[in-house]
Amino acid sequence: MAGAPPSPWPSRLLQVVIVTAAVLGILWLFGNVIDNMRARGMQAGFGFLLEPAGFEIGESVLAFDASQPFWRAFLAGLANTLRVVLPALLLATVIGFAVGIARLSPALPVRALATAYVELFRNVPLLLQLLMWYFVLTTLLPVSSEALQPLPGVFLSKSGLVLPWIVDGAVSWPVLEGFGIDGGVALTPEFVAVCLGLSVGTAAFIAEAVRGGIQSVPRGQVDAGRAIGLPPAGVLRFIVLPQALKAIVPPLGNQYLNLLKNSSLAVAIGYPDLVSIANTSMNQTGRAFECVAVLMAVYLALSLLVAGVLGLFNRRVALRGTGART
Amino acid sequence: MIRLATLRRGRLLQTLFPDRWNGALSAFALAFIGWAMWQAFDWAVLRAALAPDAERCFADGVGACWGVITEKHRALLFGRYPYAEQWRPMLAVGVLLLAVVITLFPRSPRALRIAVWLPALPVFFALMAGGVAGLTPVPSRQWGGLPLTVMLWLLAVAIALPVGVLTAMGRHSGLPAVRTLCGLFVELLRGVPLVSILFMASFMVPLLLPPEARVDMLLRVQVALGLFGGAYLSENIRGGIQAVPAGQVQAALSLGMTPRQADWLVVLPQALRHALPAMFNSFIGLFKETTLVTVVSLYELTGSLSLAIGGDPVWRPFFLEAYLFIGAIYWLCCFSLSRYSRGLERRLAATSA
Repeated sequence: MAGAPPSPWPSRLLQVVIVTAAVLGILWLFGNVIDNMRARGMQAGFGFLLEPAGFEIGESVLAFDASQPFWRAFLAGLANTLRVVLPALLLATVIGFAVGIARLSPALPVRALATAYVELFRNVPLLLQLLMWYFVLTTLLPVSSEALQPLPGVFLSKSGLVLPWIVDGAVSWPVLEGFGIDGGVALTPEFVAVCLGLSVGTAAFIAEAVRGGIQSVPRGQVDAGRAIGLPPAGVLRFIVLPQALKAIVPPLGNQYLNLLKNSSLAVAIGYPDLVSIANTSMNQTGRAFECVAVLMAVYLALSLLVAGVLGLFNRRVALRGTGART
Repeated sequence: MIRLATLRRGRLLQTLFPDRWNGALSAFALAFIGWAMWQAFDWAVLRAALAPDAERCFADGVGACWGVITEKHRALLFGRYPYAEQWRPMLAVGVLLLAVVITLFPRSPRALRIAVWLPALPVFFALMAGGVAGLTPVPSRQWGGLPLTVMLWLLAVAIALPVGVLTAMGRHSGLPAVRTLCGLFVELLRGVPLVSILFMASFMVPLLLPPEARVDMLLRVQVALGLFGGAYLSENIRGGIQAVPAGQVQAALSLGMTPRQADWLVVLPQALRHALPAMFNSFIGLFKETTLVTVVSLYELTGSLSLAIGGDPVWRPFFLEAYLFIGAIYWLCCFSLSRYSRGLERRLAATSA
């Protein structure tokens, strides 16, 4: 803020003028929506959310069929978004920390590999990466009767990924039988492509945040840790990472928010996330205004929620190590 | 070079295998690098097929089918632009890239960096749209490929800069109403995914405007991309403003400047300087974000890829080669921009010290 506020009267008048102009502008836009909708023989409003959706959703964690109302479809889309975002967050964090630490390894080949990873995935658009994962998963893999088995009980084929899973309190172990795979939990190639693409792409940015954080820890801390007899892994675990976390958490939070927002790219490969449901609803009803408004409101609420949680966490991390022991 | 020559054998071993744990990891990494590089070389070079003949690519033991690029490179690079006229987008994108290089070249005179755009942009649009100098008109919905990507990026940057500066200064203003409105604008755009903003531009804006106002689809998407970029730039600049010491404003005021002069002539130039590296990162981000316009059916580089390969059953099995081709173009652009950004950071640090 530059210096003293200007004399109150003209500035107060100016503010009134600005706010009035903004409100009138918004009212004008809303008026246009109502007029345009009426010209198409529709009434603007969110009442349609209660009507039956009339379309099916390819895969859904919430049970859904075409006779259920639009709001249920949106809810199923949101559930699908969260279903892909949560594992992706976890996976991205794990890969990101591993690559970020490897970026500072004393061994040249490890460093080179980590650098190649970061430079490769950071400089190619995420959408292209997702499309490429999807193509590889659906075209280059064998059919399910000849599924790859990278680990015991894990099957990877054109029809997706099958993992061991807990069903009715017991572990269900997938087995290859005839033309298909029985048991376990089956994940569609769409889900796997979005989840994998988001994690691998975001991990490159997380790795950079982790590297920056570790480099912000003074060199003397490492030497001191070695001097008291900790092994290198112990120094990393007990001395460097706790201090680095303070510098890592804010950019990490930004990457979490980016991952959440980038999950909207799922629409491009046909995973039925929130955006995809909004898009279908829009095409079915012609209610572009309402559908985009719902979409934006939900994402905004999610972003605010995540930002709030991260803010809380950040405050806890920032307090640690400043002498404020709890 | 000298260091390599004087490297003792012990030092080399030390870099490759520092201790037992890291050494094992290192050996694994070395093996992986060797294996991956050999596999890639074998697939992409030794066993590759270059001829534009899909039949040959299906033969046993054939690796990469670069024939898909030989056959489709023009559709990939220029989208649906009329085939006979494709020298125009090629020249047009050349003009834009030349202008970018002149603007970014560290030793370009400052006046030239701005002046170069005065001929560059009109020449670009004249070549793309036609209708002048005997060029056949080409409507904007047939534009595609690399020229569209570069154009969307540059114009988004051009829109984002003033939007970012104005909203950042607005959030720093003495008027609470201005502060709130600018804050709402920035946080709203940063809180939602770009896809939803593009949906808004493509489906919602026609409803928001009176029926007689028909705005071209490309223009709507371009403005949306620019505003989105502006919101992120605004945050970068706001960070820059916060880095300017309060003493600077006090000094300006004591010299007899008005608060407004102090903000625009003293704070803003220093803030932009502080924010430049972060802003450059946002520009690179924006370059990658242009891919999202595919979702609203504009055929820039990524869209023309799906159009050229997805629409042709003969070549559809060779999507991967086409992805790698397009990916390499994006990678080259983004990697060189980020390298440039690092150099810029160094130069700024050197001159401000």
